[in-house]
Amino acid sequence: MSGHSQYKPKSNFAKWLERRLPILSFMYDSFVAYPTPKNLNYLWTFGAILSFMLVAQIITGVVLAMHYTPEVTLAFNSVENIMRDVNWGWALRYAHANGASMFFLAVYIHIFRGMYYGSYKEPRELLWILGVVIFMVMMATGFLGYVLPWGQMSFWAATVITNLFSALPWVGPSITTWLLGGYSVDNATLNRFFALHYLLPFIIVAIVALHVWALHVTGQNNPTGVEVKDVKKDTLPFTPYATMKDGFAIGVFVLLYAWMTFFVPNYLGHPDNYIEANPLVTPPHIVPEWYFLPFYAILRAIPNKLLGVIALFLSILIVAALPWLDTSKVKSGTYRPLFRKFYWAFVAVSIGLGYLGSQPAEGAYLWIARLLTFYYFFHFLVILPLLGRREKPDPLPNSISEATANRGASHA
Amino acid sequence: MKGDHSSTPHNPSRRDILTLATSAGAVTAVGGVAWPLIAQMNPDASARALASTEVDVSTVPEGQIITVKWRGKPVFIRHRTEKEIKDAQAVSLAELPDPESDEKRVQKPQWLVVIGICTHLGCIPTGKEGEYDGWFCPCHGSSYDVSGRIRQGPAPSNLEVPNYTFVSDTKIKIG
Repeated sequence: MSGHSQYKPKSNFAKWLERRLPILSFMYDSFVAYPTPKNLNYLWTFGAILSFMLVAQIITGVVLAMHYTPEVTLAFNSVENIMRDVNWGWALRYAHANGASMFFLAVYIHIFRGMYYGSYKEPRELLWILGVVIFMVMMATGFLGYVLPWGQMSFWAATVITNLFSALPWVGPSITTWLLGGYSVDNATLNRFFALHYLLPFIIVAIVALHVWALHVTGQNNPTGVEVKDVKKDTLPFTPYATMKDGFAIGVFVLLYAWMTFFVPNYLGHPDNYIEANPLVTPPHIVPEWYFLPFYAILRAIPNKLLGVIALFLSILIVAALPWLDTSKVKSGTYRPLFRKFYWAFVAVSIGLGYLGSQPAEGAYLWIARLLTFYYFFHFLVILPLLGRREKPDPLPNSISEATANRGASHA
Repeated sequence: MKGDHSSTPHNPSRRDILTLATSAGAVTAVGGVAWPLIAQMNPDASARALASTEVDVSTVPEGQIITVKWRGKPVFIRHRTEKEIKDAQAVSLAELPDPESDEKRVQKPQWLVVIGICTHLGCIPTGKEGEYDGWFCPCHGSSYDVSGRIRQGPAPSNLEVPNYTFVSDTKIKIG
């Protein structure tokens, strides 16, 4: 983390390389000797799981691009061609499509982990904001990729999302036309969406590098939220401890991923997307992919177009402001009894919004969505700032090693 | 004085002027390079060329709606019945979220021509559905009346009326 590297090059080649490009000592310090808090639980393996998913998506995506044709009359059939004719094409496409869902599942667990343990607090604000940026680029990438198969859901998702920008006063319609490259979603749109869908994952890789860099500067948070005080007592080296634990967690996660891919590959999809895009017919019930549903519910809950779009974007951006909205000095929810209750209420509200986003926007659904949308923002803007001032936290352990020693004692 | 690099706002040095001129040149160059990179995303000449389309409406019976494609967008042409015309004209403007009289939205009262794209988020409403028997958008529940005016739901404005002219009694040129 700081000071001189503990890496000692052994072979002549390593010595030669080290003098010219110290990449081996950099890797050693970052992924072998790097001290990790010894009390990390399995929720801390999702960073590694996400790295794995990013690589899996890029690899399956690059090979799918070798068979896909981004042209409106050919795109739909080229995807069917991948499914039926390309060697292993069905497996690659199902792995990529379900990989997106698994990627979002992991990122949501990762984000909610950070929210529970206060991982966004000083000095990790920038680390957190970089994470929110990665999440937003992921959402853009997921959306662009969903358009490529050129089914009915693809087409109408592209139409609805690009029309979000038409809500902006004055410049809205011209921005929408500019994004589409025409007056409606058409070949120009599909072509550029493909180009951008291929580009953005590499931008994500770059921001992930910054995210990991920032993490290695501040060090990891941990379930107590108490910073590392004595590297010898409070931490363990990344390898073998974290590498093994991450490896095991990735294995378990891949089991679920493989089950989705091979046994229920279309469970999260929509049958309408196996109908080729038709610009003259909107499917009777259009819904986005599950990972966008809470935000979609917020959009629909507000009966004004511009305000709905603003609320949609704010609901994501507000997460980046968490370091300043949560006023509590105590990081971990483990020592904040009142915060814990509100935390789980917030989790329930987010899942509730997700459910409502999948239902038609009418009657009772609409009113509950409005209520939950209100609560969503209320949690960030009122509950968290007040809670930090009013709540009496439980006593914190003096150090990570003390916390783990006590835990051992209470089990005895 | 040669070699004097000191400068004041009133008496800029040669280096100040060179720095300013170079910066201005660099900004112009960046702008000049960015322009085509951004402008290439706008509709190309072939998309702009599909400006108008002619439609023969002689075969459309009273009460029916046809959909034609113009600039890649659906356009609804509705042959309205006497009752529908009367209903549309009878609505008081105070009831409307986007007040516009029916007379202003049609050239001939029996023919309503509107762009078939919901002004909310661009879905295609279905005809003769919803509470006002005009159009209903399945995506987010906006209802339009037989004049294509928004009556209920999240859409902010009426269905857009494109530029069109009657070339003859039964032929419409859109665009």
